[in-house]
Amino acid sequence: MSNEAVLHSHAHTSHDSHDSHGSHEHHEHHQDSFISKYVFSMDHKMIAKQFLITGMFWAVLGGLMSVLFRLQLGYPDTSFPFLETILGKWAKGGHISPEAYYALVTTHGTVLVFFVLTAGLSGTFANFLIPLQIGARDMASPFMNMLSFWFFFIAGLVMLSSIFVETGPFSGGWTAYPPLSALGDASPGSKTGMDLWIVSMALFVVSSLLGGLNYIATVLNMRTKGMSMTRLPLTIWALFFTAVLGVLSFPVLFSGFILLIFDRNFGTSFYLSDIFVNGVGALPNEGGSAILYQHLFWFLGHPEVYIILLPAMGMVSEILSTNARKPIFGYMAMIGSMFAIAILAFLVWAHHMFVTGLNPFLGSIFVLLTLLIAVPSAIKVFNWLTTLWRGNIRFTPAMLFAIGFVSLFISGGLTGIWLGNSALDIHLHDTYFVIAHFHIVMGVASMFGMFAGIYHWFPKMYGRFLNNTLGYVHFWITITGAYLIFWPMHYEGLAGMPRRYYDYSIWESFKQFADLNQFISLIAMIVFAVQLLFLANFFYSIFKGRKLRVQNPWGSNTLEWTAPIHPGHGNWEGDIPEVYRWAYDYGKDGQDFISQVTPVGVQESVH
Amino acid sequence: MTLFLVIAVVALFFLVIFQIAKASEYVAVLKGEDISKKQSNKINGYLMVIFLVAGLFGVWYCNDLLYSKTLLYVGSASVQGDKVDSMLEITLAVTGIVFIATQILLFWFSYKYQDKEDRKVFYFPHNTNLELLWTVVPAIVLTVLVVIGLRNWYSFTSEAPKDAQVIEVTGKQFGWIFRYPGADNQLGKKYYRNIDNASNSLGLVWDDAMSHDDIVTEQTVYIVKNKPCKFIIGSRDVIHDVGLSQFRLKMDAVPGIPTTMWFTPKFTTKEMAEKTGNPNFQYEISCDQMCGNGHYSMKGVIQVVTQEEFNEWQAKQKPYYYSAFPDKDPSNKVAPATAIDSSKHTTADINSTSIQKSNTKI
Repeated sequence: MSNEAVLHSHAHTSHDSHDSHGSHEHHEHHQDSFISKYVFSMDHKMIAKQFLITGMFWAVLGGLMSVLFRLQLGYPDTSFPFLETILGKWAKGGHISPEAYYALVTTHGTVLVFFVLTAGLSGTFANFLIPLQIGARDMASPFMNMLSFWFFFIAGLVMLSSIFVETGPFSGGWTAYPPLSALGDASPGSKTGMDLWIVSMALFVVSSLLGGLNYIATVLNMRTKGMSMTRLPLTIWALFFTAVLGVLSFPVLFSGFILLIFDRNFGTSFYLSDIFVNGVGALPNEGGSAILYQHLFWFLGHPEVYIILLPAMGMVSEILSTNARKPIFGYMAMIGSMFAIAILAFLVWAHHMFVTGLNPFLGSIFVLLTLLIAVPSAIKVFNWLTTLWRGNIRFTPAMLFAIGFVSLFISGGLTGIWLGNSALDIHLHDTYFVIAHFHIVMGVASMFGMFAGIYHWFPKMYGRFLNNTLGYVHFWITITGAYLIFWPMHYEGLAGMPRRYYDYSIWESFKQFADLNQFISLIAMIVFAVQLLFLANFFYSIFKGRKLRVQNPWGSNTLEWTAPIHPGHGNWEGDIPEVYRWAYDYGKDGQDFISQVTPVGVQESVH
Repeated sequence: MTLFLVIAVVALFFLVIFQIAKASEYVAVLKGEDISKKQSNKINGYLMVIFLVAGLFGVWYCNDLLYSKTLLYVGSASVQGDKVDSMLEITLAVTGIVFIATQILLFWFSYKYQDKEDRKVFYFPHNTNLELLWTVVPAIVLTVLVVIGLRNWYSFTSEAPKDAQVIEVTGKQFGWIFRYPGADNQLGKKYYRNIDNASNSLGLVWDDAMSHDDIVTEQTVYIVKNKPCKFIIGSRDVIHDVGLSQFRLKMDAVPGIPTTMWFTPKFTTKEMAEKTGNPNFQYEISCDQMCGNGHYSMKGVIQVVTQEEFNEWQAKQKPYYYSAFPDKDPSNKVAPATAIDSSKHTTADINSTSIQKSNTKI
């Protein structure tokens, strides 16, 4: 274990130097004004809460948008006068217009993928858990951390403002493929709305880079004494890989956006060639490639899926192990599979482009690499199952959501094997099968990971519990509803029903699903309403929830539960605890749990 | 008004749930947390089993209800599509088994190993053999799926047979334009700056004599049963996608970059109408790539007909050249010559490379 020794001595120095820093911070803590404590806070815990609550705002807005466009899909012939009240000219006569429908679909996608499941998920839990679980007073750069949140906040403001533009927000789908996204004459949403969309996304990239670099630096440099990399909880490994993925892929997306800005505003032809727009005529652009954008976009777009999924996987591993009172099975295999996923995430982007006319040989390489991802995914699933086997499971709401995550990850992951195989993708591409696949595996599953995290760490965040009964109601309705919404969509996809259609009534091949669409819309509304119940629980419990009276309510091994119930800025009073073991000694030698700060006993068995 | 009523009812319902939930929390504190935790653990354990059983039943029920509405029920209308369908079946079998097995294990373990005071947890941090098992087995199964998939992929994307009927498909906001090479079997050159909606929707180059006999139609395309059909696909404005769900294929239409796709239809439209029992049956071309606000209405129709019917149809078509230059239209002359020509060309050997070449811009 020479590696261990190196890491030890390294951790030791950082621990010492940090200690003085910490007490300094602690001293300052008392002079916090409202502004420096709640608004421009540099405390990672406060920033995490800012990310969480901003993420919740966007989740409600994005979710509400999906309810609105589901109204159109489920009840295309019914008039809803209230829609005209809230949407005005976008819903004349109580019918959502195609412009508004596509704007809602696009904004729903963008907001949920980036603002909720990227910023809301990793922003919250990387900020909250990294310093607390590795034993650090704060992030490597609290100031950058603060900037990261405020860039995200401004990105949100810009996106929000685009909704109120006269020509409407961007409406070309969250992937924003040019030429549609480049030509305002081809779609009104590609006018000012698209400019604001790009600006917002650019700010978001800045935010996520500031955050990501900080997370990486913190995990690598600021672990407490004894916290070697192989003693880190899996949450931290997951958040670490997430940050690496983001730092390496977001700049590529940014470059894609820069070229798009040039094509839109400065007359270049990176993506444009041979275009004749109705009502305008032939454009002067020649020689560009619309496919180039897709390569740049999906070089982020695919890692993005894992940026969303990995934090959920990490938290689920931690929560499953804690509540099964049993060590996570195959800790090293878990890290190895996450590493494999992180590497492969960069090598599969063109599986989103099988039908673009891609060179078939290139396509076959991407098939091979894509299906390879199923191997580490399978390892993870079987390891989770084995973790539950012969455990002693406590069904806290967090545990339920973690189990739900595994179920959804299996269901959605397996359909990935269908879509990753190009010969099947030719048939299923851009149908409802794809919607079902990615909503289950990326959308709902990651959302479940996020809920699990919120229920599990809420006591650490606010020193109070969320209401359990409401948690149970929330879980069972949400998982049932999620399956009812997305499972039948596989069948619509197998009928070839295309995505992003405003109305199917003119299609002989797709109109047979009118009843089903209505059913799905109805369930979607119920599930959305239940999320509001969760929000009520959340905000009520912040102020009125049952108080946390013990430091370690879940009997957990990790470091955050050794900090005071209401940790100040700096997390631990006095010295940062030293770590002697990995985070998963549950049920060892007949003991329920052994915290990471407990020295290894002389007679303790070796695993 | 009804809306407010609905909101009020929902809000009231939530308030009730909220109050019950709060009350149960107080009861839990009074009764002792351990007892109430045990109770809720038991309930959730049972719910796990109920969810599993109901879920598996739901999967069966959903299949029962919806399978006949999918394309698998009728079967594929192209030779290529048969391969897609058989691959779908194999993939469904493999993933289906894994799905059912893992979901049963997940919810059954959750139920079986729920918190019991006397249970001793099995400290089981790792086991190399097990981990190897579920690395190697999925890897082997996936290799099989990859091999099957790639064989089909290469056959779908291979060069079209030499005797294939070649048709150019162009997407525009929001419709489809089709071009047949006409009597000379060659598509004439085109250049997008020549496009003029009134007389030259594809921007054909009239200086190129090969374009003079090209036939251009919109919305509906005629192809021949049992004869390979090759589409050369392009777009006039934004990216579209030629989605042929009954034939199980699709291909993007990208401005500036021609793509191709070929397939062999097995049934005429009439035969499919009988097969599906739907007299209104149509082979629809659905645009499968977001292309603007009219995306959902961008519909084309493929009429699959017999060779005889096709010849008959083609004989009635006039080259597009004549609609641009009506004065050159010899429409007063008798037309049988065209009919003979067209029957000759449909069976003729088509040099696909020259068509490819003529398709690129000058």
